[in-house]
This record gives sequence, structure tokens and C-alpha cells, in this order.
Amino acid sequence: MTQQMTEDTTFHHGSPQDAAKPIIEMQNIEKHFGNIIALAGVSFDVKPGECHCLLGDNGAGKSTFIKTMSGVHKPTKGAITIDGQPMNFDSPRDAMEAGIATVFQDLAMIPLMSVTRNFFMGREPLKGSKPFRRMDIEMMNQTTVEEMRKMGINLRGPDQAVGTLSGGERQTVAIARAVYFGARVLILDEPTSALGVRQTSNVLATIDRVRKQGVGVVFISHNVRHALAVGDRFTVLNRGKTLGTAQRGQITPEELQDLMAGGQEMAQLEGSLGGTV
Amino acid sequence: MADTAQTVTDERLKQEGFGARLMKRPELGAIAGVILVTTFFLITADSTMFTLSGIMNFMTPAAQLGILAIGAAMLMIGGEFDLSIGSMVAFAGLIFGACVVTLGLPLILAIPLTLAVAAGLGAVNGVIVLKTGLPSFIVTLAFLFILRGASLVGLKLASGGSTQLRGVRDAIEGDWLAPMFSGDAFGPIFAWLAQIGLIDTFKNGTPKVPGVPVEILWFIALALVATYVLLRTPQGNWIFASGGDRNAASNSGVPVRKVKISLFMVTALCGALVAIITVMDAGSTDARRGFMKEFEAIIAAVIGGCLLTGGYGSAIGAFFGAIIFGMVTIGLTYTDFDQDWFQIFLGGMLLIAVLFNNYIRKRVTGER
Ligand SMILES: Nc1ncnc2c1ncn2[C@@H]1O[C@H](COP(=O)(O)OP(=O)(O)O)[C@@H](O)[C@H]1O
Ligand SMILES: [Mg+2]
Repeated sequence: MTQQMTEDTTFHHGSPQDAAKPIIEMQNIEKHFGNIIALAGVSFDVKPGECHCLLGDNGAGKSTFIKTMSGVHKPTKGAITIDGQPMNFDSPRDAMEAGIATVFQDLAMIPLMSVTRNFFMGREPLKGSKPFRRMDIEMMNQTTVEEMRKMGINLRGPDQAVGTLSGGERQTVAIARAVYFGARVLILDEPTSALGVRQTSNVLATIDRVRKQGVGVVFISHNVRHALAVGDRFTVLNRGKTLGTAQRGQITPEELQDLMAGGQEMAQLEGSLGGTV
Repeated sequence: MADTAQTVTDERLKQEGFGARLMKRPELGAIAGVILVTTFFLITADSTMFTLSGIMNFMTPAAQLGILAIGAAMLMIGGEFDLSIGSMVAFAGLIFGACVVTLGLPLILAIPLTLAVAAGLGAVNGVIVLKTGLPSFIVTLAFLFILRGASLVGLKLASGGSTQLRGVRDAIEGDWLAPMFSGDAFGPIFAWLAQIGLIDTFKNGTPKVPGVPVEILWFIALALVATYVLLRTPQGNWIFASGGDRNAASNSGVPVRKVKISLFMVTALCGALVAIITVMDAGSTDARRGFMKEFEAIIAAVIGGCLLTGGYGSAIGAFFGAIIFGMVTIGLTYTDFDQDWFQIFLGGMLLIAVLFNNYIRKRVTGER
């Protein structure tokens, strides 16, 4: 972790599209829960075809922030614009309809329901005509198995209950689902926390793939190495505020690590531990 | 939901037998229960219990309870309870009786009016539960008393001091909609079957069973519709999701509020349907109508495989749960046992069902 950031890390990056207009822009977002100020004015945007990493320590407000982006929380203050138009999400459903898909940190999956039913929860495909319109279960089952296979997981069957999956498999279902539905913006809240090495590189490769398709990716991670492997821009949150945004290549892993820890403590710690953190 | 898409074989996968697949169906326990109870009565009860008239005899109360149980089951799968459903039967009975007798309305107006009032009250239940975040258990417990009390007060007003409102039969005499909600269906078929000697007749040649009581048809139709909705429509998926984990469902785009409020309305509508059918049958309505039915409906739903914690269960299970209920209530009269064994039997069934469901849930979710 101490060597200099170089251009040959894991993935090749499209030229950061400075010219492109952001798909979604968040300005001075504040979120208060009673007297707790979880977000104290955060600005952030995502452009098509980029991976914008959101970094920060536990409790920094990352999850709260992306929840205002995906319609779960209404910001106390601040403006959200999509393609320059002011937006006001009343529910996660609204955000989805605007093409924003999210992998929540808690995954938003229902253990008692089958993988297929979870995969399409809230967005069930239909077939048949009006009075007998019903879910297209065959298509749902097929798609689920196929999308999971793309992510490197062979399901026992699409009717397997999510409760019987391992943590990593569950995370993979959630990611596969978001990728499948993430038409314009894909938000991933610590998607790799329960994953092994192979699955993690699979997820990073998936981020790279959807980015190349022009989707804007918001990638939240604790892990600076994972972030640097795919990120085009890096924004660090600390105690509900942004500490700044850096372009890829303009920041070293150590600097990022320091920013995440909120300043000097990490550098000192790293010094005393001999650079092993 | 058969799995046809899977073609890849995984060496870490034990072949799942038919038995293991069956074990995962929520209604399995109820079907096993029906078999058990049937066997019990085949051995202990008078043989007339399983003649055509005997079957109609226990299917009629089973159907009346079952209509409520299917509503209760859907609501339970959606993660909520309605303890006011029994009182709703009384209150809807009062509204219906008042419409027909006091106001003299034809059924084409009285029935939609009764249903609308019930749906409105169901929505009130739902909105309070969702707005306050209080457990539906407490909110609907309040409505258990409010609606029961309102039925008493209302009956006294409508009937001039009595807690019974008579005259429904005269009031609906000849109404073209009446056969939909009262009496027996398929009369001509049964008469014909009697003629060719396929079913028993009285001495004068009329069949002993004049037809299928309409509530049984409503019961079957509702079970089928509810099952279709739960297993084949997005709304069904939303019901399971809302009950399984409200937050996860909402974050995945499920309109949880709408789903739950609709379910409270459906449950209330089931109560109103039972009220209309039984009031027309009895020709009168009284304040005790539907007494304790909320518990019986929930028990039938639980015997049918619904988890008390929501997110799991089936309408077919509730269907069989209600049949078990009807068989046990009526069946004991065909045996030498004391009638009062009924409650012991029921409590025992409930306990076994809960333990069984708990075990099944652990298997499905892979908990140990
Ligand atoms: N629903 C809530 N009610 C009250 N406080 C909350 C709520 N959600 C988050 N918080 C608080 O907001 C802060 C930020 O939390 P979170 O966004 O989950 O952090 P992160 O994802 O960066 O670890 C924490 O102090 C947390 O306790
Ligand atoms: Mg978080």
C-alpha cells in the first residue's frame, strides 16, 4: 500500500469525461435526523461513463447521502437536479423510474422470498393482456439465473430462498439486480464488504463494464485499493462534509487514506506501525 | 414455480427430493391436518358425516370462516393483523340490515354501500397503522371494541331498542341479486342427480341436499383468486415483500403503504361479504354476529402456514385451515365425544401448527 499510484492498476480508464454534463447533480445536501446532523452540505455529481468513488470513515454519512440520491430520504436542504432539471423524489420508486438503481448497504433483500422474486421485486415484468396480466415467471427465472451466472454464481435454482444464500452470494444478487436495472446511474454502497477475492474482482470488472456502457457509477468503499482500482474521481466525506474531490492520478493512496481518517492521525498511526495499515 | 431454466449442474448440490420440495410449500401442514382430521372422524364419527349432506353441513361454517381466513391470511402475509374483522362482520351486518330494512334499498344499492363502508373502515385501520407506526395488533384491537360497540348502539337505534334487526328476509324477497348471496346454487343439477338416483332423496323425491350453499362457492372462488394474486401477479410479490421486510421492500420500489392499506381494505371487505351472506341467510342481524371470528380466522390462517411475523403463507393453506376448523366444530357432534373437546382440539392444532411453521421457516431460510 505504500507504492505510488500508477496508471497500470487493474483497469484502463476512459478519458475522464470532463466535457460531459452530469446525469445527476446534488448541491449542498443537508440531512438532519431530529437533532442529529448526518449531512451538513454535501455536493456531488455523476457524469455518464465515470466511476465516482465516495469514501469516508464509518458514520461519515455515506449511506445517508446516497439514500437521498435514491429516494429513500428527502434532503432537509439542498437541490437535486437530473439532466439539469430540478428533481424531487418522493420514494425509491421515483428514483428508479429516473434510471437510478442502488445496492444498499443492507442489500434490501427478503430472506423468505426466492432469488427470482427478490431480483424483480418492485419491477416485475408482465405478460398477457389486461384482465389476466401476470408476472412473466419464466422470463424472470431465466434472467435471474443468467444474470447471476454472469456474476460468477451458479444458483441451485431460481426458486431458492435468499435466506439460504451466503452473505457474498446475497451481495452478488443485489449487485446483479442493480446492474440489470441501473439504466443511467448505478449506486453501490460498500458492495464488496462480504466478498472474497474472486468475487470482488468480478464486481470491479462489472463496474468497469457498465461504466463503458455509459452508466454513471457511484462506488462507496472503505477500501482505498478497491476504489483506486476503478475510480475516475474520488470524493471524501468526513463527519457529514466533503473534504474535496480529486481526479484519478492526482492523489496517492496515502493521501486518500489520510483524508478518510480525517487528517493526520492515520499518517501517525501508519508511521508507528511501520506502514502496514 | 417450477424451475425449468436451470441446466447447469453443480457438484456441491445434493439432488433435492420430491419430499424436500413438498416440505417447502407453506400449505403442506394444513393439507396434512385435513388428512389427519378426516382420518380421525372416519374412525370415530357416525358414517353420515361424510355423506353429501354431512359434508355440506361442515363446509358451510368452514366457508363462512374461510372467507375471513383468506382475508386474514393475505393481511398476515403482508405483515399485519386485523383483530377487528369479527366486529366488522357485526357492523357491516348492521349497515346492510339498516340499508335493506330501515331504508328499504334494493340489494343492488345495499350491497355496494355495505362494501364501501367496510372498505372505508379497513382503510382507516390501515392509515392509522401506517401513519403512527403502531403495531396493527393494538390499533385493530381498539377497533374490535369500537365496531362491536357501534353495532350495539346502531342496532338499538335502527330497531328501536332491540339488539336484533329483523325483517331482512321479507325485505329482500324476490330481489334478483339475492341468489348470488343466499340459498343454494346448482339446484336443477342436484334435482336431476336425485332423479337419476345418484344422490339421496327424501321420500317425496326432492334431494336431501338441494344444492351447494353459495358461501361455499364464494369461499372456493376467493381462495382461487387470492392464490392467483399471491403467486402470479406483481401485487402478490409486493404483499410477500411488504410482510417479509418493510424497509427492504420499500427501498426496492415496492409501494408498501398502498399494499398494506389495500390489504386492510380487502380484509374488511371479506368481513362485509360474510356479513351480507349470513344476514341474508338468517333473515336478521344482531350484535353478536362474528363474535370471536377474528381469532378463529387468524388461527385458520396460521394452521394454513402463515407466519405470525409476516412474509410467508398461502391462501390455499388458509382454505384448508378453515376446513379443518369446520370439520372439528361440526364433526364432534357426529361422535360420542363431549362437544367441549372442541376448544382443546383447536388449541392443540394451533400449537402444533405454530411449531411446525417455525420449523419450516428455519428450513426455508436456512437458519439452524
Ligand atoms: N435514520 C436515522 N436516524 C438517526 N440517525 C441516523 C439515521 N441514519 C443515519 N443516522 C446517523 O447519521 C450518521 C451517518 O450514518 P451513515 O450514513 O450510515 O454513515 P456511513 O454509511 O458513512 O457509515 C451516523 O451518525 C448515523 O448514526
Ligand atoms: Mg454506510
